[in-house]
Amino acid sequence: MSYDKKHVESFSAENGYKKFRGVFAESPQLESNEEKHHRKIFSSIESAVAASGLKDGGTISFHHAFREGDKVLMKVVKVLSDLGFKDLTIASSSLLNCHDGLIEYIKTGVITKIFTSGLRGELGEAISNGLMQTPVQIHSHGGRVHLIQSGELAIDVAFLGVASSDEFGNANGSHGQLSCGSLGYAKVDAQHARYVVVLTQELVDFPNYPASLSQDQVDAVVTVEEVGDPSLISVGAARLTKNPRDLLLARIAASVIEHSGYFKTGFSLQTGSGGAATATTIFLGEKMTQQNIKAGFALGGVTGSIVDLLKKGMIGAIADVQSFDIDAAQSLRDNPAHNEISANQYANASSKGAYVDRVDVVLLSALEVDIDFNVNVLTGSDGVLRGASGGHCDVAAAANLTVIVTPLLRSRIPCVVNSVNTVVTPGQTVDVVVTDHGIAVNPNKPLLEKRLRDARLPVMNISSLRDIAIARAGTPKPIEYLDKVVAIVRYRDGTVLDVVRQVKR
Amino acid sequence: MKLRRSMMFVPGDNAGMLSNSYIYLPDSVMFDLEDAVSIAEKDTARLLVYNTLKAKIYGDIETVVRINGVDTPFWEADLEMAVRGGAEVIRLPKTENVNEVKELEIKIGKIEKECGREFGSTKIITAIESASGVVNAVEIAACSSRMVAIALAGFDYLVDMQTERSSGTEPELFFARATVLHAARAAKIDAFDVAYGNVNDEEGFMREVNIAKNLGFNGKSLIHPRQIELLHKAYKPTQPELDHAKKVIEAAKTAEEKGLGVVSLNGKMIDPPVIQAAQRVILLADYS
Repeated sequence: MSYDKKHVESFSAENGYKKFRGVFAESPQLESNEEKHHRKIFSSIESAVAASGLKDGGTISFHHAFREGDKVLMKVVKVLSDLGFKDLTIASSSLLNCHDGLIEYIKTGVITKIFTSGLRGELGEAISNGLMQTPVQIHSHGGRVHLIQSGELAIDVAFLGVASSDEFGNANGSHGQLSCGSLGYAKVDAQHARYVVVLTQELVDFPNYPASLSQDQVDAVVTVEEVGDPSLISVGAARLTKNPRDLLLARIAASVIEHSGYFKTGFSLQTGSGGAATATTIFLGEKMTQQNIKAGFALGGVTGSIVDLLKKGMIGAIADVQSFDIDAAQSLRDNPAHNEISANQYANASSKGAYVDRVDVVLLSALEVDIDFNVNVLTGSDGVLRGASGGHCDVAAAANLTVIVTPLLRSRIPCVVNSVNTVVTPGQTVDVVVTDHGIAVNPNKPLLEKRLRDARLPVMNISSLRDIAIARAGTPKPIEYLDKVVAIVRYRDGTVLDVVRQVKR
Repeated sequence: MKLRRSMMFVPGDNAGMLSNSYIYLPDSVMFDLEDAVSIAEKDTARLLVYNTLKAKIYGDIETVVRINGVDTPFWEADLEMAVRGGAEVIRLPKTENVNEVKELEIKIGKIEKECGREFGSTKIITAIESASGVVNAVEIAACSSRMVAIALAGFDYLVDMQTERSSGTEPELFFARATVLHAARAAKIDAFDVAYGNVNDEEGFMREVNIAKNLGFNGKSLIHPRQIELLHKAYKPTQPELDHAKKVIEAAKTAEEKGLGVVSLNGKMIDPPVIQAAQRVILLADYS
């Protein structure tokens, strides 16, 4: 039977199908080569915003892979402010000191709600002092994905800084002058945001591989002068700290891991950043070499110290949601055993498979731990927001052995206390607290305690640690709060774990 | 038997360091009132060290106070504070001769009586920092029942000798090291080697540790907590050394149980110094 156009049209109309109106009717971008190839290129953030359909009251998102070097967030918010936007929700995977400038935009009503993993600096101080009408939502890295997937956090426009992109939006953080390494957080936004804007200072030839963010997720590409300041990206390093207390903590922590029962070939680990964490990784590496123990994989939050172990063949693979320094970023680029993963793959409790579920040993820090092993990594001893939830509760919940490393006192501030200011990680998920005065093991892990005692490690009751801290520093005066809730701490499953109240001045 | 591998210096005017240096577990801690403290801060340091001693936060770590030299206007006030505070040991710097120690001894005894402290409970360590100190070291080491150790201090000594620190085997310190060590051994007291000033040079520090250890020093004066772990590691007995020491002790125990006057292991006779050395090896292993 020959083609009967009228018959097909009437069939379509009768059966509710859309009528065929020509090959370009639904794909006008294919009508010209110029449009076909270059349609995603926008000359400015303003024009991309206009195309995005962002409205007052909308939600914009960012990632924090550039850490203190981030130049994207403040630039975009300024543009939105200049364009007259109001009542926006900002959803950044975290906020750092470089985002203190947001205070001005909160005051002028451009930003009225915040979702973030962390708050610090002047911004944290201002919010703790009641700057915002609506409490900030503090989530973990895994919990953020959960909130996005559950629909509570619906991103209208994601503004994602990258190291390099082609004009179609294939982008990554590892290939380019301004390498930040993994785009683990941005990958989630690219997947879920209604409109995705990629901002790059290096527009490269198509196709740009690896495509951490891929062309089928990206709506717009904007070239900007500066995505970030490379000198401020790095928070880790492979070199050993010279701080004697960090070295002491690291030595004890490495011994705890060695004698925990999990230190055997094929084990997996996450050690994070900071002097003590890096030193622990180095000391653990020495023990691995001496005892010929090889790790299956390392997860993180990756630093140069982990990369070193990969290079030496002591670790089989790295799963990297965030690269903490240039060594990690370069390794991600060059070493096929070093792989980028999304925050969903990393730590989302409701994903079909999170890497944290496969971690044996994790080393985490703390601002405070209490005698029930609850951990605060968010509020300072003055009750002010000056930290981040990060992946803390995610990996603590899932790992077989969660080790918290903290000095017993920071200056005159006790770090082991009766009750933490803010619970970010429930004590049930914490196994060992390593301090410079001794080790406490969660009573729900008697076998672990026995192993550590058998290894002659200085195990003591956590109440004894608290008592020593109080004996040295005195009992701190209670923080005075007002009734107003300034931040809500969401657990990784979306439930409310704690609230942070406005501090009394 | 008391281990004296590490004597860590803590400046007496640094409240932060005074309040937590015990976490590094040196064998001895030396609160310094002398060179580390400027003249304007001498009284501050004295009060801080006194309160640190009184707080008794150093547990099993031996507390030593380095007072100012007997030729200064500070040493008597320093001593009052240290003895009354409960310092286990007074370190006398720049010791030149026996008379200085005798003067110190009399003054310590007087303060002990005044404050109700057991007479003789305050021990002394003398630091040898000059050519005349080295020459008099044998007499100095043996001149007081309070004396528990003698320490060589390299910096002032080398200035006095009109030379400076070299590398390698450090021949410029050889005579002083050997003399001070012999003085200690003859007097049956402990000996501390010089402090190593460049805290970032672990290689140089370890080279010096090995010189001191091979000569027979009990340990070293240390100026940074990072040096403690390195030093203790160097003094840690090897497994064969430990195994042998355990066998020696076992043989001695068996001989004692059987009422034998002579101890033998694998057909060889073991005399008391060998048993003592074995005890020391086991102690070192326990604390490493």
